Amino acid sequence: MNGRPAASPIPRARGAATPASANAPPVAGERASAWPTLRLRHGVVLLAALLLPFVASPFITFQVAAQSLVLGLIALSLTFLGGYGGMVSLAQMTVAGIAGYAVAVLGTSSSAAISLGWPWWVAVPFALAIAVAAAALIGWLSVRTEGIYTIMITLAIGVAFYYLVLQNYTVFNGFQGLRELRPPTVFGVNWRDPLPFYFLCLACALAGYGLVKWVVRAPFGIALQGIRDNPRRMAALGYHVVAHRVAAYALAGLLAAVGGVLMAWYNGLMTPGSVGTGWLINILVIAVLGGMRHPIGAFVGAVLFVLLQTFAIDVIDRERFNLVIGGVFLLIVLCSPDGLLGLWAWLRARLGPRRAQTSPTTRRQA
Amino acid sequence: MNVNLTRAFKHSLVACAALTAAGAWAQAGQPVKIGLLATLEGPFAAGGADGMRGAELAVKQRGGEVAGRKIEIIKASSDAKPDVAVNATRKLVEQDKVDIMVGPLSGGEGIAVKDYSKTQPQVTFINGASGAQATTLESPSPNFFRFNTEGAQWMVGLGQAALDKGYKRVMVIAEDYAFPYSQVQGFMAEYCGKGGKVPVKAWVPLGGKDYASTIARIPKDVDALLVVLGGADAVNFLTQYENAGGDKPMLGGSITVSQDVLNYRGKRRDSLVGTLSAGPVADSYDGAEWKAFVADYQKNYPVSAGGFPSPSLFAYVYYVNMKAALDGLDAVKGDLSGGQAKYREALATMTLKTPTGNVKLDGNRQAVGSTFVTEVVKDGKGELTTKVAKKVDNIDQMLGMKKEDFKMGTRDVPACP
Repeated sequence: MNGRPAASPIPRARGAATPASANAPPVAGERASAWPTLRLRHGVVLLAALLLPFVASPFITFQVAAQSLVLGLIALSLTFLGGYGGMVSLAQMTVAGIAGYAVAVLGTSSSAAISLGWPWWVAVPFALAIAVAAAALIGWLSVRTEGIYTIMITLAIGVAFYYLVLQNYTVFNGFQGLRELRPPTVFGVNWRDPLPFYFLCLACALAGYGLVKWVVRAPFGIALQGIRDNPRRMAALGYHVVAHRVAAYALAGLLAAVGGVLMAWYNGLMTPGSVGTGWLINILVIAVLGGMRHPIGAFVGAVLFVLLQTFAIDVIDRERFNLVIGGVFLLIVLCSPDGLLGLWAWLRARLGPRRAQTSPTTRRQA
Repeated sequence: MNVNLTRAFKHSLVACAALTAAGAWAQAGQPVKIGLLATLEGPFAAGGADGMRGAELAVKQRGGEVAGRKIEIIKASSDAKPDVAVNATRKLVEQDKVDIMVGPLSGGEGIAVKDYSKTQPQVTFINGASGAQATTLESPSPNFFRFNTEGAQWMVGLGQAALDKGYKRVMVIAEDYAFPYSQVQGFMAEYCGKGGKVPVKAWVPLGGKDYASTIARIPKDVDALLVVLGGADAVNFLTQYENAGGDKPMLGGSITVSQDVLNYRGKRRDSLVGTLSAGPVADSYDGAEWKAFVADYQKNYPVSAGGFPSPSLFAYVYYVNMKAALDGLDAVKGDLSGGQAKYREALATMTLKTPTGNVKLDGNRQAVGSTFVTEVVKDGKGELTTKVAKKVDNIDQMLGMKKEDFKMGTRDVPACP
């Protein structure tokens, strides 16, 4: 759980099977000995996340923090697929959009003629199920391709879905989309209010983060990383490569779907703009900005992305603020191919070499 | 690595504290904060920039001060997408704590911002240039005001003018969202009622680049095309229709024949001459107030500094709405206390003097005003401009129909194939 977890998605350049097999024993040991290897910094981050809404204004809580968590959750699904499965899918926002649209269509919205008006506790599970099925289908279509072809086919699926919702009026209500989507009022709490909504997002994000951390150490996750590093050897060992990859898509789809439902509630509406090409790319930008080596990267990237989107216009006025956004992204990617996490690892290696050397020992002790 | 996040949070905590402090200080001071939202990105970027100019002009004319209170403008940008517009508005309202909000620019955005305004009763929302009917017709918001007439009202008079030109059958080519639905309805309500026929309606996506399939669908037996496309879309369509050898005369929507399209430099440019359209502005209207407004715009934003030769529809409509915001503020002597109740009362009851005549609000806080039917002509300098063919006054949102006969415009309403 430190800077370099045993099961971290090591860049392919580091070689094929050797690091994976070298790393396997500590993983198993660690999982058996202390599953929640919680450390001080986890506590600090969690505490900060819990206290934030009580210190910050409702605006920061809702628009910056909650939005970051939602986008982070969707980007996390890409980090999981790309980092641990070696499959970069541009259709993660599409899966999120399918879940969001499903909630809008099955639940209640301003278009009474379209929405079925199911209660939320029926609509949300159905929406998640539909999105996971769609994600598995997307995975099944695209796992036969590799590298840039995966990107191409998932981009094509994403764009096709965008045009479908843009031009279909019977189910998706075209350009105007579906409006007035509200989170339910449960236990007397209006979950649309900034504070409850933030904690809802935080709970979902923590659950997603924990799920990814757990899965990548479970046999399935180890096998997935093996497939990422050398699919032929894994096939020879008797693993079903396609099934593992499709299952990874489905799991990532679940993360994205939860994010999609939250996004629909956050915006209060689902329009084709939310699943357009811009957003497909934005999710990739968030994941790459944060760094794909560790699940937390998705959230770090999302925080930076949302802060820039929100406040760049205050730095430079008028038409030029997109230049600031683009410039910062370019700078980060140029300076550190591993995103902010890579920058952090580099800084730590530079400034604190001793700590980096001792940390594996302490981990073994824990 | 998690420490990184900790740091980010710590920094954001410090930033939040600083921002909250700044907000408190500004509230204690005297300036009135007005949020200004327009599209500086996307298909209406040129129009959005001109809208900002119009709003700024209204502030400049008052010397940046109303009843002793300084006017502070905080700008935000969207890209004609409703979710982006709501995010930008939320930042202005909740983060920058504006007292009054002016915007947004396009139809779908207007509906979304109106929905959002219901959750922020402490702020008065005044429309920017959005012209969808539903904004004020369907579940109107008590703190959302619109001092411009909307899309359907802007087209009143065009149907009769088209029939007078002998156009018996017209094909509609329009963007597929709320504002063009309203525009098409405004045209068809009159045109169909007087015997015209609209055999085909082509709804194209906003920001679409390829009109080849639409152009192929134009029937041989129509007399003219009603083109309701805005900004970049209109220019793209004109170019492609010209390349395809099209020669049907055109009727334009209110934003199709706006200044930013008249500045288009293609060959088809000259064939725009004679195009009929309708809208809330006409470049060559000879009212004294209008001339003064145009002169003021040209002085402040000369073409060399990026302005248009004559203010576009967006500049004008933003100007009117910002002027309403400031006039209302003047009427209550800058008093925004009591949940802005007095201010809203003043807005709802005042008669706004605009460069094209007086405007009053109806019960839904929607403007009742004038529309010009115009024809595109070439002026002495070779610039395209519009000539007033007719001015229709006192158009309300029901377009003169009875309330129970009135149905809001959609893709399929009204129809007369």
